[in-house]
Parts: sequence; C-alpha cells; structure tokens
Amino acid sequence: MSALLSARGLELRFGRIAALDGVDLDIWPGEVVAIVGESGSGKTTLLRVLSGLVPPDAGGVIFDGQDVLGMNEAARRNLMRTQWGFVHQNPRDGLRMGVSAGGNIGERLMATGARHYGNIRAAAADWLRRVEIDPDRLDALPRTFSGGMQQRLQIARTLVTHPRLVFMDEPTGGLDVSVQARLLDLIRALVAELGLSVLLVTHDIAAARLLAHRILVMRQGQVVEQGLTDRVLDDPQHPYTQLLVTSVLAA
Amino acid sequence: MNAQTGYNFAYVDESTKRMIRRAILKGVAIPGHQVPFGSREMPLPYGWGTGGIQVTASILGPSDVLKVIDQGADDTTNAVSIRAFFRRVAGVATTERTAEATVIQTRHRIPEHALTERQILVYQVPMPEPLFRLEARVAETKRMHALADYGLMHVKLYEDIARHGHIATSYNYPVMVDGRYLMSPSPIPAFDNPKMDRMPALQLFGAGREKRIYAVPPYTAVRSLDFEDHPFRPIRAPHACTLCGSRESYLDEVITDDRGGKMFVCSDTDYCAERQAAKAAAE
Amino acid sequence: MSFALRAENLGKSFTLHLQGGVTLPVLRALDLSVAPGECVALSGPSGAGKSTLMRCLYGNYGAGSGCILIRHHGAPVDLATADARLVREVRRDTLGYVSQFLRVIPRVPCLEIVAEPLTARGMARDEALARAEALLTRLNLPPRLHHLPPATFSGGEQQRVNLARGFAPGYPVLLLDEPTASLDAANREVVIGLIAEAKARGAAIVGIFHDAEVRDRVADRLFDVAPITEAA
Repeated sequence: MSALLSARGLELRFGRIAALDGVDLDIWPGEVVAIVGESGSGKTTLLRVLSGLVPPDAGGVIFDGQDVLGMNEAARRNLMRTQWGFVHQNPRDGLRMGVSAGGNIGERLMATGARHYGNIRAAAADWLRRVEIDPDRLDALPRTFSGGMQQRLQIARTLVTHPRLVFMDEPTGGLDVSVQARLLDLIRALVAELGLSVLLVTHDIAAARLLAHRILVMRQGQVVEQGLTDRVLDDPQHPYTQLLVTSVLAA
Repeated sequence: MNAQTGYNFAYVDESTKRMIRRAILKGVAIPGHQVPFGSREMPLPYGWGTGGIQVTASILGPSDVLKVIDQGADDTTNAVSIRAFFRRVAGVATTERTAEATVIQTRHRIPEHALTERQILVYQVPMPEPLFRLEARVAETKRMHALADYGLMHVKLYEDIARHGHIATSYNYPVMVDGRYLMSPSPIPAFDNPKMDRMPALQLFGAGREKRIYAVPPYTAVRSLDFEDHPFRPIRAPHACTLCGSRESYLDEVITDDRGGKMFVCSDTDYCAERQAAKAAAE
Repeated sequence: MSFALRAENLGKSFTLHLQGGVTLPVLRALDLSVAPGECVALSGPSGAGKSTLMRCLYGNYGAGSGCILIRHHGAPVDLATADARLVREVRRDTLGYVSQFLRVIPRVPCLEIVAEPLTARGMARDEALARAEALLTRLNLPPRLHHLPPATFSGGEQQRVNLARGFAPGYPVLLLDEPTASLDAANREVVIGLIAEAKARGAAIVGIFHDAEVRDRVADRLFDVAPITEAA
C-alpha cells in the first residue's frame, strides 16, 4: 500500500512571509489527518497547495501516482469532481444558493454523467437522510436552511460521488457549539462508514481529537510536530504544541 | 447589378469580410465553439440582427438569392428592412420562398421546409453563451467550455423538472453539438431543435453585440440535453393552422379581437402560403 | 519464555516549555516483560509513574528512551519508534486499553461504542452487535440503556461500557487502569471473571488495581514502579 496523497518539500513565500517552509505530508487511504495551528500558521495555504489551487514555489504533490502540480486544468478539475471533495468553512462557498437542495446534491452526479432524473433525485433524497435533513426539503433552497443544515447539505453534496480524499477547511467554523457537536459526529460516522481519507484544517483541538487519526501542528509555515492524535495532544513535545494544548479548556 | 457606387459589395469592407470569414471558418472547424470577432457598427441598433447581417454580408455573392425571416415571417419590419438593405447594397435577388433561397437569415425560427446542401442558414443571436444565466463569470464559462464541464446545465434542467414537473425551457433550449460543445441555438422554439440535427445546410450564428460567431457544419449531430426519464420533447400548440390546416407546423397565437377571440396560424408564412395555394388549386 | 509485551530500558520525562523548560523525570531505565497468559499488577505509591507507564505502553505517551516491544501478528514491533499508522494497527489488532474514564463520543449509543473495535477488525456488523449486547448484559447494564449514548450515565455505568469495549475484541495484550474503581461487588466479580478468561486464552495483561482483593485474585506478580527522587 502506498500513500494516497504525498507532498514533499513544499515552499511558498508571500513576500517576506514564509507561508510554507519545507512541509512534507502523507495521507494514507482511510486516514483522517488534521492540521492544527493558529490563524496565519499556513494551514489553509497548505490545503490550497495540496489541492492544486495555488502553485508552490518549490516541492511536489503526488495523488495516487499522479503529479498534482504538473497536471493540466482539465485533469485537476476531473479529480476535483470525482476523487476529491472540498468542504468549505462557509457553506455559501460550497453551495449554489439559488439551486434547490436536490440540485446541489445532484450536481456532482450530473457532472460525472448521471442522466436519469429519478435516480439523481433518489440519491439526493437518500443523502439528505444521511446528513439528517428531512427529505421533504429536497426542493427547498439552501438559503431557507439554518447554518448547520447548510453545512450538512454541503457535506452531502461533496460525498454523493464517494470521493477518495476530502479536504475540509474549518468545517465547523461558524457554527454554534451544540450544532458543532452534531456535525462533528456526523462527519466522524460518514468518514468511518465510507472509508474516506480526510485532510482537516482546524484550530479546534477538540474537533481534531474527535475526528483525526493523526495531527500535524503548524506554526509559521512549518510542521513543528506531528504524530498520533492522542500522543500529540496528551504528550506534546514542542513548546508551541504545549501552548496550543494548554490553551484549550478541558472538555 | 444595381449596387450603389462608392460602397463595397454587400456594405461591409473586404478586410472586415475576411476577418469574419476567418471566424466562420474557425467556427465550422470547431462546431459549436464561440469564436470572437471584431463586430462592426451596422446601420441598425444592436438586437436587430447586427450579427446576422455581418455574417450574411460576408458570405453573400452576386448570384445568391436571399430570404430573411423574423419569427418565421417574411413580412415583418425587421425582415423587410434587412431584405431591402441587401437588395440595395449588394443588389442580390431576394425571395420569400424557402426553396428558392441560397442564404436565409433568420430570427427565432427555422423554416418548416427541410433545407438542402446548397443553402446556408444564418441565425441572429442575442446571447451566444448558454451558461450565462447559470455562471456570471465569463472567464469561468470559457473554462467550462474548454473542459466540457457541463454538469451545471443539467442542474438547470433538473431544477426545471423539480419545480414544474417537466423541462420548462420552451425556447433557446440548450444543445450539445457533435458531442462536444454546449451551444445556444438562439431563441428558436424547442420545437425547431430537431431540425438542427444532421441538417444538410450549413448553419451560421452571429451575435453582433456579444461579438461571437459560431457554426454547425452540414450533417453535424445536434442533441438537445435531457434526462433518460424526461426525454426532450418538441412542443407545439395542439391545434391546426386556421389558414392552411397544418397539424405539423409551429403555430403562432393571434389575438383577433378584444373579447378573447384568437386563432392559431403557421409562424412560417411561406410554408402557410404555399399550402393555402395548393389547397386553392386543388379545389 | 517468549514475551507478549516488553519494555527495555524505558525512560520518560516531561519537559514543560511553558514553565521555563523544567524537566520532570518520571520513569528511568525500566525493564518489564509480560508473557502471554500472565497478569502483572503495577504497584507503587501514588505519583510514582504507574499511569505514565501504562500510557507509554499504549503509545499514548511517547517513550523518552529505550523501547517498547509488542508482539503484533507474531513479530515484535517497537512502539517507541513505530509510526502513527503502525501504532493504530497495533491498537486495532493487538493492544487494548481500558482507562478509568470513558471518552464519550456524542450521540453514539453504547452498543455502537462497544461494537466499533470489532467492526474495525473486520467482524460483520450483526455479529459485532450481538457480541456487544452479550457483554453489556454480562456486565449487568440494563438492556434499556444499550441503545442510548452513555453521556448521561453514572460513573459505574460508563465504566462498564468502557470495560465491554476493551474486552470485546479479545486483544492479545490488555492494559487495565483501575478497571473496577467505580463498580459494585457483583460487577467486580464479572470483571475478575473476564480477566481470568482473557488470561486463559493467552492474553498478557498489565494493570493498576487499587482494590487489593481484585489485585490478589488476578495478578500473577507485582511490578514495583518506584518514584524517582532526585530532581533533574
């Protein structure tokens, strides 16, 4: 078995600021990896570089044997709508707000060739159920949904084509604490059920502990510590990780 | 020839024609792909067929016979004035008979009579981009065409069915050309879409304001988008033409008084007149 | 005799960077070997490092020096140097840990919590749920609670869910951190029975038992964890 996504020596500077400073990363099939660190530590930049949205100054990214940085736009988009998924912090960035819930979920199916309305609709209804939204809301517009529902709809829309790797950028970011817990649990269950590989960017240590098998701690563009989630959080070695962990109220 | 001296043949200067012909050739080479061109000022406002006129002017020769229709009719203002325009600046023969024409410029219809290899159909196009209501960013629509990333168009049709129970798009119904490019057929009724498929005549599309030309070469596959369980269906009013009795042609609804009286007549005036004449001759 | 679990020259200290980099040594040059079917009880005063040792053995704390060998699918793996994926695999197939407290996952019912390590090892879902049900019943957890998430359970009830989860897969190596702390006498008997059965099938067990009676009945020997006296 080999890593599903593999990055080596990623470097990216914005002027004098090193957003990525020699980052290596592997994600294995079925593995959930969290990248934690404070705002501006380079987490989101790393996500954008790994998914080919931003070219790095140096380094390489391999997905399933393919060179992500060298591939053309067509191949990358094809990856994006088949093997990859992207869950944004703000559901408005990941949903079409003027399109019904069913249309939002069906889009990836249609983009990959589904042409049977009834089947698309049935799949969309099934996915609404799986993310705990009443299938009666199939034809409702996302703007009539609460924030937590919008986020769950975004997850349904992303997972409907069974991607192999899902990038999540602060998926519980703007939500109430009670809503966060439900969403995290839903993500945890779906990830386990579908055997997804996930790269989760978050500054929420509790979310990382619940979801991730492995954690990378980033600071100023560098991975300062990484390893098994419970070991990094319970026995942090780097001063920055110790600061990060002790800054969290025990739950 | 009675072309006015001092003007180039068919109004447009030769270098512009060359530029437009290049765009046409490129369009023919890449069926359904929108080719940008340097649209010129025409002696009529945008929206009245400036794109169609430039295409027609660039392909017209002295021996051509021109027919111009607007919503199927030869006798509407737009059709009459464009026909008069070319009679004056090119001195070409004009006709109202579909079968006699070598070039047919049209707004919003395809003639009922099947066209032949010796004919060219020129469409006036207000908005060439089929995705423009779905994706506001032009750069993004270009990328979607380049990558044949057309899932979004099906989302629109899905929403139609979800909302109305059927695909509610009744004109300007999107088509796939040669299995590759998504194309706006211009605002013709969906009823006319099947006529585009494997049509023997060359089909050229000119959008003056949007500065785009595209083409469908003869005998090219043109498929209307649909779902397996909601197949595309050309729809016409379920009536016979009051004048000629046709049950096949596309009908216009004509209000005859202010008490709700109405009748349905062929939108294609030449087709209707021909059938009426045949009926009269038979009687 | 071949070992199931062996710590060699194990050392562990904590460096508190936020407190001026002070280093607290907890374990030093510790050697411990546990054979299959053997139960070793850790002894020593509170604060001597028993829990730290348990956490090191589970890979929850990184080893500072030395190695922690565990027989995994027949071959020794060093948990001190194994990468995260290998540690996860060892925990899935070989190494179980029952802590004092259940880390509750919101909204997941007891049965699922207990069945999860079974399905993770490839057991069919129905079979896993049946085994979970049987074990929870044996631990006297009323059936009406089986389908509820344990967040609102009492300490003893949560502890029994935790025990069921730890004993269900039949790990070859099992770490028990005060498994009977909040249990009544009847349930203590059940746990003693579970430990005896695990030993009988060849499991190596390391435990912290404050309850002397339980310790005397299950442990084959004591292992003394002595506090390190001098400061670093």
